[in-house]
Amino acid sequence: MKRLLPNLLRLAALIILVAFLVQPALFEPLLKPLVQANAPAIYNQGSLLSLTLSHLTTVFIATFAATVVAVGLAILVTRPIGAEFLPLSRSLVNIGQTFPPVAVLALAVPVVGFGEKPTLIALFLYGLLPIFENAMTGLSTLPPAIVEAARGTGMTAWQRLTKVELPLALPIILAGIRLSVTISLATATIGSTVAAKTLGEVIIAGLQSNNLAFVLQGGLVVAVLAVLIYDAFSAMERMVSRRAGRV
Amino acid sequence: MIEIDNITKRYGDNTVVDNVSMTIAPRTVTVIVGTSGSGKTTLMRMINRLVEPTSGAIRIDGEDNRGIPGYELRRRIGYAIQGHGLFPHRTVAENIATVPGLLGWEKSRIEAKVKELLSLFQLDPAAFGPRYPHELSGGQQQRVGVARALAAEPNILLMDEPFGALDPVIRAKAQEDLLAIQKHFGTTIVLVTHDMEEAFHLADKIAVMDKGRIVQYAAPEDMLVNPATDFVETLIGVGERPFRLLSIGTVGEAAEAGTAEGEPLAAATSQRDALSSLLWSGREALPVVGADGVPLGRVTLASLARRAARPR
Repeated sequence: MKRLLPNLLRLAALIILVAFLVQPALFEPLLKPLVQANAPAIYNQGSLLSLTLSHLTTVFIATFAATVVAVGLAILVTRPIGAEFLPLSRSLVNIGQTFPPVAVLALAVPVVGFGEKPTLIALFLYGLLPIFENAMTGLSTLPPAIVEAARGTGMTAWQRLTKVELPLALPIILAGIRLSVTISLATATIGSTVAAKTLGEVIIAGLQSNNLAFVLQGGLVVAVLAVLIYDAFSAMERMVSRRAGRV
Repeated sequence: MIEIDNITKRYGDNTVVDNVSMTIAPRTVTVIVGTSGSGKTTLMRMINRLVEPTSGAIRIDGEDNRGIPGYELRRRIGYAIQGHGLFPHRTVAENIATVPGLLGWEKSRIEAKVKELLSLFQLDPAAFGPRYPHELSGGQQQRVGVARALAAEPNILLMDEPFGALDPVIRAKAQEDLLAIQKHFGTTIVLVTHDMEEAFHLADKIAVMDKGRIVQYAAPEDMLVNPATDFVETLIGVGERPFRLLSIGTVGEAAEAGTAEGEPLAAATSQRDALSSLLWSGREALPVVGADGVPLGRVTLASLARRAARPR
């Protein structure tokens, strides 16, 4: 019962979001007061739905790549063989985080051209740190008795990793991915400055034509997406931590 | 049979196990005791190669334990540790099935084995199999830990302070269960503990370790009568000697013909506990019954006093 109200709110937010993306005209009266006379209240330079889908696709690809690389690195540096790479890996992902995405875009465009690619690179670099740090924490704070038992039962290194260490670290790794994906959803908007198809287009168009309704709808769609995806990840974490017996 | 041959383990300049040799007879319980840092756990962990020795060799049934990869060796040797080390994301049944699964047993065989072991440890397979470890009590978790160690029917079971985390009541029960299971399977058990009481109760032979060396390796009675060094004597506790002697034998062995009044004692009770019951009830003798409740005779205060005296 305690979860009922928040879940109803989430469901309502999702329904409104989908309705807005599919039939934006329905919401015109709400946004009309925000614009000067004759200016359009609903974004009219492309489909909001397709912009949202390509925004999500870009974030998904970048986060997926960041997850593979960050978790891979975390696995490597928590093995005896890779322990000496820990400082190096930490510096690399830290640089990815400290380098502003705008600067990455500026540097990437001359190399890979305009479009999705520079955005993907910026989001990928920006997303590494939370996933890497969380995966490191998850893999290096496993209860010693369980790690010992996994060796004692005769599991090979690979079996210990896949059957015991990763499943037990999964809730913490998921928390890292959740942080990374939320940051990327917001950051992806700046990709539109280098012609990536994202919801940033709507915001930029609004800023250029002094259209508050555009800015607001672009921003709100991103915000609602971020909240819903964040909550979905939180629910998933709760589920896997119950299974991992960490509750 | 486990033959430990001049085994040494060094970490840098620190010698943890120092040139130890001992032979562990099959189907016996050997308890390694010592203070913390004496190297007893390291010695045991070299048997299943969780720790690789610096020098020396260990042979199991005549074969060098380095003849096969470490993980294959460990699948053949049961291993139970303090705090049980159960996998929290797997059910009780899946935990017990760990080693058979690694060995590639057929599903039906694994299921039968899990059922057999759960029943043997007095846990209802239907009720406990699907549960997760955190849903069990400490004593139940410990039993599942031992059941997992025995699942692939190993000849050897290594136990590292297996009862350390249990309260005294459950610990006594767990020790009885272990002895019953050791008889049932004929497993060779090597157990590490710092609890002398536990050592005298369980062991066929005790190895006392101090600073990486074995200072005495003997049957409990011999150790009581002839402690090799002052250290062993201190560890046994001079004031405890008659009681330790009594805790080795069961009341069944001390039973004599005759009858007595009072609450009967089970034959498997240790003589020490029998003495305690006699003293507490204020009686000269108490009846003794077998596991099935059949009267076996009686045990007297005088006979226990005789048995507690220094053997000659």
